[in-house]
Amino acid sequence: MLHSAREPQGGFSFENCQRNAFLESSLKGLRVPHARKTGTTIAGLVFEGGVILGADTRATNDSVVANKNCEKIHFIAPNIYCCGAGVAADAEMTTQLMASNMELHALSTGRKPRVATVSRMLRQMLFRYQGHIGASLIIGGVDITGPHLYSVHPHGSYSHLLFTAMGSGQGPAISVLEDRFKPDMTLEEGQQLVVEAVTAGILEDLGSGSNVDVCVITQAGIKIQRAVSTPAVLSKS
Amino acid sequence: MHSAVRMLESSYFGNLPGVGEVHTGTTIMAVEFDGGVVVGSDSRVSAGEAVVNRVFNKLAPLHQRIYCALSGSAADAQAIADMATYQLELHGMELEEPPLVLSAANTVRNITYKYREELSAHLMVAGWDPYEGGQVYGTLEGMLIRQPFAIGGSGSSYIYGYVDATYKPGMSPKECQQFTTNAIALAMGRDGSSGGVIYLVTITAAGTKQEIILGKELPQFYDE
Repeated sequence: MLHSAREPQGGFSFENCQRNAFLESSLKGLRVPHARKTGTTIAGLVFEGGVILGADTRATNDSVVANKNCEKIHFIAPNIYCCGAGVAADAEMTTQLMASNMELHALSTGRKPRVATVSRMLRQMLFRYQGHIGASLIIGGVDITGPHLYSVHPHGSYSHLLFTAMGSGQGPAISVLEDRFKPDMTLEEGQQLVVEAVTAGILEDLGSGSNVDVCVITQAGIKIQRAVSTPAVLSKS
Repeated sequence: MHSAVRMLESSYFGNLPGVGEVHTGTTIMAVEFDGGVVVGSDSRVSAGEAVVNRVFNKLAPLHQRIYCALSGSAADAQAIADMATYQLELHGMELEEPPLVLSAANTVRNITYKYREELSAHLMVAGWDPYEGGQVYGTLEGMLIRQPFAIGGSGSSYIYGYVDATYKPGMSPKECQQFTTNAIALAMGRDGSSGGVIYLVTITAAGTKQEIILGKELPQFYDE
């Protein structure tokens, strides 16, 4: 079929999904390349002075580790960061899109960005794509209304919580958080707990591994620490 | 038609969501009394067999004296509630007075009915307005039906007998709150997809009052 030249539409294109499905059904034995998942443990909690986010650093391609030290904590705004799990490309592109839109929104409204706005923009977009964008995100930040933590699922549902974990390692991480979380912890206690939660995911989940990254967000500013902890180091003996 | 509605409710039990999708797999309830309504829900949100949120408030405000209770797919229900809140706020501004509960129910119903093939959520609308007083509307599958009390969600299958036997017209607000609490507690005891705490909202001319009933304060029934 001949198409007249079309202006590039912008946004995501899912044309190849239909083609891949057709190829898989008509050509036996053909395995279509699958999008790389981050097979992740991400966690976040609210403490007395703000929000702490944590993530592991392993990215997997089925059962091969594609990246031993990838960054899963993404910038959204100077006071808002976002951990991404699920399909690596979807999480990366979605957070970049949000960061861009939030900057424009802040310029247009003349106000500092709010975490609730990021959560709303994200879930409205993910809902529109009906779950085809495989991004599970934990958004944390401190805005004019205080510290907030949201988790957003690929189909567009959200929760506003004091602590949460997502990704393939969420089970072990949530267990640690459920056991030891208290409201209004200090920075040291909170950071220790986030590191323990992500470590549980790294040790117990095959899809999570390598180091723990931590991002602390307070009224004063943000502090990102790459490789705060390396739970599974091969001993040299 | 009533039995057809009941059959659909129990099919929620058969359609356990797959590992990906997040469901509110719920028990929700609303009861009318003279001068207002009581709306109640549990707080469990599940994805497959995992609980992703154990304290989720399924009672969403649509306007100052109108609430809706969410059930079914979490993403669909939250999206519908957001859309309806936005449309109602605009409608209220145009009217220059608070919208009717019937308008709110119609707003929700129109969304649910138009996209019924794509959506998998049921929102119950309840509230108070000065014209008709306390009202409860069910909007299952895109219909609009006013009822003296309504139950919904996967857990509701287990309490149809209880609510039919216990409900009496002309109950006081306190009796309605106790009725709702007991019914939801019973459903939470039998339905795997319902649990956590009970959120209760009482809406009257004076305003809206929210309560949360935590673990130890839940009514206790026979449980071995």
